[in-house]
This record gives sequence, C-alpha cells and structure tokens, in this order.
Amino acid sequence: MSALDIVTSVLILSGSALALTAAIGVLRFPDTLARMHAATKPQVLGLLLVLAGAAIRLRGNIDVGMLILTGMFTLITAPVIANRVGQLAYREYNVRDDLLTTDEMDESAADPEIDSRPQ
Amino acid sequence: MNTVWAVSGAMLAAAAVATMFRMLMGPTTLDRLVALDALVAVTMCAIGTWAAFSMDTTVTYSLTALALITFVGSVSVARFRVPDIAKPADPAKPADGRQR
Repeated sequence: MSALDIVTSVLILSGSALALTAAIGVLRFPDTLARMHAATKPQVLGLLLVLAGAAIRLRGNIDVGMLILTGMFTLITAPVIANRVGQLAYREYNVRDDLLTTDEMDESAADPEIDSRPQ
Repeated sequence: MNTVWAVSGAMLAAAAVATMFRMLMGPTTLDRLVALDALVAVTMCAIGTWAAFSMDTTVTYSLTALALITFVGSVSVARFRVPDIAKPADPAKPADGRQR
C-alpha cells in the first residue's frame, strides 16, 4: 500500500463520511432552509473529496478530465439550486422564523424601493 | 484497501437510505427536491468510488451527465412546480398559502 493509496483512502473515506452527515442533516433538520443547507455545502465538499480521491487513484488516465469537469459543474450549479430553493422556501413560509437570527428579506419586502421578488 | 471500499460503500448506502426517507416524508415539494438533490449527489459519490475501486473509467462520463441533468431538473422543478399550500410557522401569518 503506497503513499498515494493512503491518500486515496483518506479522501474517499472522508468524502463518504461527509455525504453521510449531509444525509443525516437532510433527514433530521427542522425546516426546508436548514435541509437545503445540509444538502448543498457538505454534500458538494464530500463529492469533491471523492472525485479527488478517484482522480488520484486513476492518475495518468485520460478520463480524469471528466472527473475535473464534474467537480467544476457541481461547484457552479450548486449555488444556483440553493438560491432558487431558498427563495421559494422563504416566500412560501416553509421557514421557521424563530430559528432565524436575522431576516433581511423581510426588511427589503417592507421597503418598496427594493424589489425582492424574483424575475 | 478492501476495508476502505467496504466502509465507504456502507456509509454511502446509509446516506442514500436517509435521503430516501426524507423524500418519502416530505412534507413539501421543496423538501423532496432537496432530498432528490442529495440523493443524486450520493449516487455521484458512489459512482466515483466505484471508478476508483474497479479502475474502470467508462463510468466517469455518467458522472458529468448526472451533474448537468440534475441541475436542469432541479431548476425546472423550482421554476415550474405548483406551489404547496404551506402551513405558516407563525399563526399570526396567513394560512392560505399566500406568498410574500
């Protein structure tokens, strides 16, 4: 078992552990915003770690480029999905207001100068 | 190395089962959408682990396809779905599913 194998093992195991914690968060968190947080940030980091481990294990192969592309696409698209889901959840009262420390959308909704509606 | 693959596979299977429970429980479309995103990400993790385990790179193309298709699917669902009639967390707020 070479040093690179150990690095691969650590990366893939930590990525799988992050995916598991994200899934537990999706299952256990109280409202849609918290679940959205669990499903985006730890999930993307876990996927990137697994992809890095796979790329190290498959080093020298031409298909490693697909792994890099996958990581890039995930990094680019995850914030868009999180933004859409978060805004929809807020607008439809799927948010527990007692869990929010600040509610900046509420102030902007009260101010007619700022149009907080999407599109 | 065999222990690594077994432990990783067990953790990913447990993660998939947990996200599927959330997808079944709901309670709103957005929760199911979030659970579906998490499930696809777990699947992508599993495919990457499989590629590393078997040294077989043919499956890496499906990773890129999944990354793109899940984005289009999630944005389409978030854009075109029928809104739920949501129960407000605060009883002072309207209960008729009105949007802010």
